[in-house]
Amino acid sequence: MEEIGNAFLIAFDLLRSRDAALMEIVQLSLWVSIIAVAISCIIGFFIGAALSVYRFPGRKVIVVVINALMGLPPVVLGLIVYLLLSRSGPLGVLGLLYTPTAMIIAQILLITPLVSALCLQVLEEFNREYDEFFRSLRLTSLAKIKTLLWEARFGLLTVGLAGFGRAISEVGAVMIVGGNINHATRIMTTAIALETSKGTLALALALGIILIIFSIAVNAAVMALRSSSKVQVHA
Amino acid sequence: MLDRVEPQIQSDAMQQAPDIAVSFRNVEFSIDGKRLLHKLNCEIGKAGKTVIMGPNGAGKSIFLRMIAGLLKPESGEIFIPPNDSEQQRSADISIVFQNPVLLRRSVSANIAYVLKQQGHSKKTIARLVSEALVQAKLEDRAQMPARQLSGGEQQRLAMARALVMGSSILLLDEATANLDPASTFIVEEMVDVASRAGTKIIFITHDVRQAKRVGDDILFLHKGRILAHKPKDAFFKEPGSEEAQAYLDGRVIE
Ligand SMILES: Nc1ncnc2c1ncn2[C@@H]1O[C@H](COP(=O)(O)OP(=O)(O)OP(=O)(O)O)[C@@H](O)[C@H]1O
Ligand SMILES: [Mg+2]
Repeated sequence: MEEIGNAFLIAFDLLRSRDAALMEIVQLSLWVSIIAVAISCIIGFFIGAALSVYRFPGRKVIVVVINALMGLPPVVLGLIVYLLLSRSGPLGVLGLLYTPTAMIIAQILLITPLVSALCLQVLEEFNREYDEFFRSLRLTSLAKIKTLLWEARFGLLTVGLAGFGRAISEVGAVMIVGGNINHATRIMTTAIALETSKGTLALALALGIILIIFSIAVNAAVMALRSSSKVQVHA
Repeated sequence: MLDRVEPQIQSDAMQQAPDIAVSFRNVEFSIDGKRLLHKLNCEIGKAGKTVIMGPNGAGKSIFLRMIAGLLKPESGEIFIPPNDSEQQRSADISIVFQNPVLLRRSVSANIAYVLKQQGHSKKTIARLVSEALVQAKLEDRAQMPARQLSGGEQQRLAMARALVMGSSILLLDEATANLDPASTFIVEEMVDVASRAGTKIIFITHDVRQAKRVGDDILFLHKGRILAHKPKDAFFKEPGSEEAQAYLDGRVIE
């Protein structure tokens, strides 16, 4: 018990002094997740918007596949990316395994289905509301997509935040493809796993606290967004 | 002409008929096996303002949606002769819905949006938007989020947005149903200006006095059938059916 209390004290000390090792890990975490989310949103919003506007054979199948991918266990996804990037794998020549890029790739594959599915859900509702208006204007599908993405801007921001929340807290996939190498691919979640198993509870706790703060911040941002006057006014 | 139930004109001859805006030939429509429109035949002239009246559920909104091309007839044909004015635009029919669909943008951005879709230059858009705002008496609301407007103001905005497109046919589905007398007057004035500029107006209303005030000819729908289509004066003098008489008297008949 005393040991845990002690660990808390050291953890707060690390946070207060902005310990260099701690900050390095936090920065890499943010960097990897933000890039991954940005790319996932570009891809996912496009997929979601296209699925909400275009009707074509096989559309339902794609929607089902996306929803299935959303439930894929991250470790399995990590394993697949590992096999692709490993030296003997099809993309081995790129030498990406155990780099931040590999972690970004894994996170993109992890979040894009989530972002696509949520985007589709948001846009379908808007499309239903605007359908007759769009058709009375004889809009092209592309014009519809552009309009829907802008009309749903606040909802899509929430989708992006949900993606970020998932990315920053994920551990299984990035552990496998990143390897948790100090000063190279060590991020918050993998560091917590490692430090805890080593018994260095202070650093693990400090990182855990930051992670919780991030996830609270993301949720607070979503809630603030929902209740902000600007969103209400356009509801 | 307005009274004719069975149009004799052939489809290719239709194209040459300069005085016809919309023509229905044996148009039928059902949803889920329920027949909502029964073999409709009518010709709506290009001139003036046509009022569609009839009890709730008569099929008026469906009728209007068919003209707008939003619903396709199950059988029969709808002819809308192409308009050959040089003002040919992307959508030649505008419709204002019973519940206006406004974009989540400012009032002026809502009007600018449809003009942008038509490919106008920034300068033209700015000019047309400010003109439209003045006409709808919404100048002081220009930068307000459209969805924050009152119901009447929203309806006026939807109206202004439809008019600014310069379509040759304007369809209004109970555009003044929830408006106060002042807003109703503004909308009727907008309708009048458009009509005098040559826009064909077809509008649905339950307001008998409005129909008398604004309409030129009345088309009476009942349970998916056209029971009358005549000039206003003739219709109000002689509604022509027990159903229409009952509707005008505010009586319920089955
Ligand atoms: N999507 C739909 N599915 C089933 N029935 C429908 C649908 N849309 C309309 N109807 C039915 O068609 C009939 C005509 O509807 P419509 O909206 O044209 O009536 P209306 O004459 O405009 O009435 P109101 O004066 O109340 O606006 C109604 O009985 C309605 O219940
Ligand atoms: Mg109606």
